[in-house]
Amino acid sequence: MKNQKLVVIGAAETTSLGDIPHLSQVQLHADGALNALADAGLKISDVDGIATAGENPITIAQYLGIHPEWIDGTSVGGCSFMMHIRHSLSAITSGLCKTILITHGESGKSRIPPPEWPWPPRPGSYEGQFEAPFGTMGPPDLLTIPFLRYMEDYNITVEDLAMVPVIQREWAALNPKAWFKEPITVQDVLDSKMIAYPFTLFMCCPRTDGGGALVITTEERAKDLPGKEVYVLGAGESGETMLISQMQDFTTSRAFKTSANRAFLEAGIEREDVDHLMLYDAFAHLPIYGLEDLGFCERGEAPNFIRDRNTAPGGRLPVNTNGGGLSYMHSGMYGMYAMQESIRQVRKVAAAQVPDVKISVAHGIGGMFSASGTVIFSNQPN
Amino acid sequence: MHPTSDKFIPFITPETRHFWEGTKLGELRIQKCDSCGHKYFPPRPFCPKCSSKDISLVLCSGEAKLYSYVISHLPAPGFKPPFSIAVVELLEGPRLMSNVIGCPQTPSSLLLDMPLAVVYEKLSDEIILPLFKPTEKIV
Ligand SMILES: [Zn+2]
Repeated sequence: MKNQKLVVIGAAETTSLGDIPHLSQVQLHADGALNALADAGLKISDVDGIATAGENPITIAQYLGIHPEWIDGTSVGGCSFMMHIRHSLSAITSGLCKTILITHGESGKSRIPPPEWPWPPRPGSYEGQFEAPFGTMGPPDLLTIPFLRYMEDYNITVEDLAMVPVIQREWAALNPKAWFKEPITVQDVLDSKMIAYPFTLFMCCPRTDGGGALVITTEERAKDLPGKEVYVLGAGESGETMLISQMQDFTTSRAFKTSANRAFLEAGIEREDVDHLMLYDAFAHLPIYGLEDLGFCERGEAPNFIRDRNTAPGGRLPVNTNGGGLSYMHSGMYGMYAMQESIRQVRKVAAAQVPDVKISVAHGIGGMFSASGTVIFSNQPN
Repeated sequence: MHPTSDKFIPFITPETRHFWEGTKLGELRIQKCDSCGHKYFPPRPFCPKCSSKDISLVLCSGEAKLYSYVISHLPAPGFKPPFSIAVVELLEGPRLMSNVIGCPQTPSSLLLDMPLAVVYEKLSDEIILPLFKPTEKIV
């Protein structure tokens, strides 16, 4: 089984995205799952493995009518779905199961039901004892804390940071499904409401409703199915700390680097082989860390790389071509949507299709630089 | 417990008790590994570098510098925005989250690497929080 190649045979998002007040979170999982199975040409009874985050996988299995022989409930934030792919790779190639369904659904805007996360933390946890008393309320004032250090060390301005949402909005304008499509300028970003200096509202993702799912199986099994197979060349994962204050170096993510290095090593490809890149962007600084920690830019060079339009439409390394979490949608755990766009790009069905894409990398963050997952997709087996 | 603040009140666990007992006495306590010398925070009864259980308490000088921060404009119980949420680096090495008080909550008054000193704020009979204030007048 070791030489079996893993493929995504079904991939889909929920029937609608953004504002979905008529569906609960568990139904968002199911809507995405049924769409992905239809895409694959499979039935629920074909599924023998289930993975999800944010909900208990048994909740989802029972709701969908799955009798699982393999379960992965890894739930370490928005990159969990990247990890599910990596775990699927190991499970399927070692024969633990044959067809895995990875689901995501999140009622981030309508809040049906209201999520427990992120506030308040448990008062006896490290977060409860050593962060929450200082007025931390969630990702906008936690995940953003490292960036002033980066700005100081690399002489970066708020205008540089503002370029990230400006360029991603250019991609969003090409995508009819994007939540925000209106063009914005650096001045618009700087003039938007201050959230947590140096971050203004347009540097922060919206909270929307949605979901999506992936069906994973072997290349051999996929050959008989109508879905267009996408190869998983490699994947990586890592973690660092649940406390942002204890992140080793505020200018670089150890978890990003470890996860990405493992993925590239497993895939046996180089950075220059990558045609398209998705960098989880709940906030505007994350693509900067992503470009550097994944090895696409030298330390401190990503803001210049972005300003020089390398990641923009027509650029040599298209990044976040759906508009990203900042403009496309962000339910809370964005990793699933980053992978969906990578898959659309290598299937050549994306709204803002990049020409000649063979390899796409989707890289995710979990928590406050706590965790990371990376998956390398291709439309070719190697 | 009788809260005297609307702020989030921590729940003390066995492993962190020495820290909170310290702040009640006006002491900032971290831990030091007697095997490898590593000084660390947050608390645990063994060294996160080498797993040794030979550890002792270190009484910090209270001196620190500003490593990074945001100025939060978001509503938070017990706070009046805008307020700084900072990560400070203790003279002894470890970093911890806190608030920088006693100066305008503006980028021009909150300069990275500026020297800070610990001050204490009572949240309840049990919990005294370590906060930091600038030690030099910011021009
Ligand atoms: Zn030690």
